[in-house]
Amino acid sequence: MSLFIVNILDGLVTGLLLFMLCSGLTLIFSMMGVLNFAHASFYMLGAYFAYQISMFTGFWAGLIVAPIIVGVMGALIERYGLRRVHQYGHVPELIFTFGLALLIEEFVQFFWGRQQVPYNPPEALDFTAFAIAGNTFPAYKVFMIFMAIALFLVLLYILTRTRVGMTIQAALSYPETVQNLGHNVPMVFMGVFGVGTAMAGLAGVIAGPVMGTFPGMAFTLGAIVFVCIVVGGLGSLWGALVASLLIGWMQTFAASYNLRMEDLLIWLGFEKPTLMWESAWQDLWTLTLPQVGPILPYLFMVIVLVVRPQGLFGKRET
Amino acid sequence: MSTPSTNPLTAGTSRLVPLNHALPWIIAAVALFLLPVIFDSRAALTIMNQMAITIVFALAYNMLLGQGGMLSFGHAVYMGLGGFFSMHVLNWMSDDPWLPLPVLPIFGGFFGLLFAFLIGWFSTRRAGTTFAMISLGVGQLVASLSIIIVIFFGGEEGISGNRTDMLPFFGWDFGQQQEVYYLTAVWLLIAALGMYLYSRTPMGRLANAVRDNEERAEFLGYSQRNVRWISFCASGFFAGIAGALFAINFEILTEENLNLATSGSILLVTFLGGVGFFIGPIIGAIVFTLLQTVLSLHTEIWALYVGILFVATVMFFPFGLTGLLALHVMPWKLGKIGYLVKPYAKMAVPTLAFILSTAAVLEILFHARHAGRGDNEMTIYWWLTFDSHSPLPMIIGLVIAGVSAYALVKLAPGLKAAWDEATHMGEAGK
Amino acid sequence: MKSLKKFALGMAVAGLAATAAAAETVKIAYIDPLSGPFAATGTNGLHQYQFAADTLVNERGGVLDGQMFEIVAFDNKISPKESLIQLQVAIDQGIRYVVQGNSSGVANALTDAIAKHNDRNPDDRVLFLNYSAVDPALTNDKCNFWHFRFDAHADMKMDALTDVIAENEDIKKIYVIGQDYSFGKAVASAAVRMLTAKRPDIEIVGNELHPIGNVQDFTPYARKVVSSGADAMITGNWGSDMLGLGKAVIENGFSGPIYTYYAAADGITAAFGETGVGSLKLVAEGGNNPPSKPEAQEYVRAFKEKHPDGNISQSRITNVVQMLAMAIDDAGTATDVVQVANALEGMEFTDSLWSDNPMVMRPDDHQLIQEVHIYGHVPVEAPFDFDNSGYGLKYENSIVNAGADLPTTCEMERP
Repeated sequence: MSLFIVNILDGLVTGLLLFMLCSGLTLIFSMMGVLNFAHASFYMLGAYFAYQISMFTGFWAGLIVAPIIVGVMGALIERYGLRRVHQYGHVPELIFTFGLALLIEEFVQFFWGRQQVPYNPPEALDFTAFAIAGNTFPAYKVFMIFMAIALFLVLLYILTRTRVGMTIQAALSYPETVQNLGHNVPMVFMGVFGVGTAMAGLAGVIAGPVMGTFPGMAFTLGAIVFVCIVVGGLGSLWGALVASLLIGWMQTFAASYNLRMEDLLIWLGFEKPTLMWESAWQDLWTLTLPQVGPILPYLFMVIVLVVRPQGLFGKRET
Repeated sequence: MSTPSTNPLTAGTSRLVPLNHALPWIIAAVALFLLPVIFDSRAALTIMNQMAITIVFALAYNMLLGQGGMLSFGHAVYMGLGGFFSMHVLNWMSDDPWLPLPVLPIFGGFFGLLFAFLIGWFSTRRAGTTFAMISLGVGQLVASLSIIIVIFFGGEEGISGNRTDMLPFFGWDFGQQQEVYYLTAVWLLIAALGMYLYSRTPMGRLANAVRDNEERAEFLGYSQRNVRWISFCASGFFAGIAGALFAINFEILTEENLNLATSGSILLVTFLGGVGFFIGPIIGAIVFTLLQTVLSLHTEIWALYVGILFVATVMFFPFGLTGLLALHVMPWKLGKIGYLVKPYAKMAVPTLAFILSTAAVLEILFHARHAGRGDNEMTIYWWLTFDSHSPLPMIIGLVIAGVSAYALVKLAPGLKAAWDEATHMGEAGK
Repeated sequence: MKSLKKFALGMAVAGLAATAAAAETVKIAYIDPLSGPFAATGTNGLHQYQFAADTLVNERGGVLDGQMFEIVAFDNKISPKESLIQLQVAIDQGIRYVVQGNSSGVANALTDAIAKHNDRNPDDRVLFLNYSAVDPALTNDKCNFWHFRFDAHADMKMDALTDVIAENEDIKKIYVIGQDYSFGKAVASAAVRMLTAKRPDIEIVGNELHPIGNVQDFTPYARKVVSSGADAMITGNWGSDMLGLGKAVIENGFSGPIYTYYAAADGITAAFGETGVGSLKLVAEGGNNPPSKPEAQEYVRAFKEKHPDGNISQSRITNVVQMLAMAIDDAGTATDVVQVANALEGMEFTDSLWSDNPMVMRPDDHQLIQEVHIYGHVPVEAPFDFDNSGYGLKYENSIVNAGADLPTTCEMERP
């Protein structure tokens, strides 16, 4: 039971981290109608910039400065890259972000090399917050949870309670009308893209010390982030939150419990082959849950899309 | 262009292959036959085979992206599965062969078709983002399963076979690269011609109609879903042929043939060449294979250059390299291509200088950061040797890049004017 | 000069010029990743080869009548397909020797392709000198005459490792975890088999595989290891999977020894730093730190002088270079690889640098039998540390002629 609670907490950390990426991505999508393939690359840039800054000033300055640099880069890329490609249609836009993702990975390797860089949590948070039946829970992870929740609340407040948020929401649905009312819609787009990428950068700053800061970090996470927002429903902030948490727990529990296909098959009444390594079904018999854990989100996504193409919380079809 | 027809069902089918359409194919066939006479080294043959396989795959991919408007992130699945099944057919027959090697691609195509049929059943119900995301999910699932199901996919080592185990074909046992080249080239022609003819059939035209306006096509009585499904199956078939050709050439298939990186790179290849043209993917495949194989012999940061080229293509030439060439058809037909010669000649030097100096700056930076200590001396462009740690070469590189960029900006209006003139219908203004 | 050769190489690729094997040099193709995620390991290996060829062969007058070794680099992007293309390019260059080590998947593709090539083209045969791919199958079921392995394979290392574990009475429970692919499975099954034979009282409290390169957070795995009450852990993980697993396990309170294959160098030593001391153990061939022989110390210093960011992390590379040079001298030819292979087969070799223990290239399966050590991750003075981190590897145990009694299933066909 205590291990179950620890797993709930671990899954929460993974899920909230995913959410920090998804929230920005889903905002950008609902505004511009384009899936930003490079979103996880901005997450990586956040981690690397924070590492570079932490070499000079320590962790906390990086926490503030790195997301700002990433956000400015994102805004500039929107202004001088994406906006130009926008006129050609959605597919070139998507392909542009795809190319951008490749380019950012090369860029990171060019400057920081191909090895993992030693980016570590700050010493102030390098202690055990609490332990449940011998399972320690580091203070840094508590910090991650609070950061993510704070980000969500701030975002929710801005979007629903402030004038800027209202303009953004209006520009989402009726860009022409908002433009005619005298708002600078391209500016709003640039701002949203900048803020979205800055949030990804912030996620990178926070996750880098725990998940490792290396050139492949964007690739392993990028596809999962996509799965989250598609499952949650494109453009839905609540959907992104629910899907992120679901997938976070799904991955944690799949890795934690060694359920074996063997037990299931025997329970179903099949007979275990005596010479396993000559059986054509050997791979099925030896399958365990942790082996398939990372592909469960994809299976989940395919099923959700086939049954409900707009995703769990999506209002419109894409 | 084909003769217009009043009946949409028979549009483009009358005179399926007029003579002037056959000419490029005859030239291509002769060129394919003569190429190994000029490039006879083993490596050149291997690279040409690799190109041919990529061409078939990219053409098959473009049946979806270009003709059907379907963006797939998991198309390697159909090529890979076609290849894996072909390899199993090859191994299954190796003890007691009853077919010659050249028929193997038919098996590959069949299995590609089979899986496209099964997966297309649920993935082609929607177009757009839903289709793209399902293709991503299925791609990831199959790639991951290929590691788990060792008995079929052989784990990360993959499965291998020996192509010479099949029956000899008119005395050829396909032990030599040259023989394999001709096999691949013939299949390239068959597959390319098949896909070209398919694009001319009513079915191919309907794919365009659904791409451009699915509601309208539906309204006219065509099930958009079925049209997509059929295109998807056809594309899967030709991708499977490419997979079988891969199996014949490399005699090994691994997880690499199924994974997302392969799916992504075929998107890159197709887009680089130009999705709107039949020959676009062909040009893309040739350029990309050369970049990947030859450029990587010369520089460690080749992938950076490919990334830059790709992003620049999307930004400035969204119709790909072929689109860039196609822009010149109009001035050519107007007989005004001559107007462009002079501004192009003027641009050539600064363009070349800009590209070379930018690459030089990147190389110097990379060398200075990553080369061994005491290994300061570096050589670029085969004759230029200097110390990468001294600031002078870097400054010279930056200055040349700056000056040539400035010159390009200054020359651009001239080119624009000449361009307007060359594409203008009437007589020359001045 | 190097670029000029690369240029000539490019020309050959384009088929414009077919460069014949130059009489003055013996070219060795280095086919390993020089771009992409594993480029760090590949580049460091290339530097070690170039340095070994220059220092140990060329500066001593080369082989035969003064022919020099030249290492020609080919970037295989760790892809089997690219490796096979680059192999063809190398053969066109008149290259007769191929060295490769990163990824058993690539090694399997190469050994298969080289066997077929040599069979079909008897005029330009090639030897494959595998310095790092440790899948046991390569010198067992998949062995062939053209393949020689200079590293101890996974089962031999596990044999050594379990010998050491068997003597440690404190270890009662062991957790085995690895990446879900052929090497991870080979490690796991060897560990279970050998532990059961040597110490039946040890309980295997966990034996599991996780997806390779696809786990973002190893915390759930670490929780399982900790709550299983294991005294020690065995893993064959490498790269970011090694780092992620190791850090997660230590951070979540595991204090027993972690027996590994690849938890050193290429950034891993630096990333573990102080946290790995006392926990991380590594099984490998090679020498102690600092090396006992002054010439070896000098060799490391000279290498670090030239490549301050590099590591002498694969001492077997010097064995490859020295043994190939010896074999070519013995055979009296560098072009007839059958004679060179015959000279290598059964060769007894005493390393001039790292160890005094003689090694032998076992004729039955072309596997080098050598001393294997269990190292501990401890503070090591520069320049003998890894990643310039102040930490490195030191001997804890040594097993002479490890795995010499392991049988081989190789049935070699000789030309």
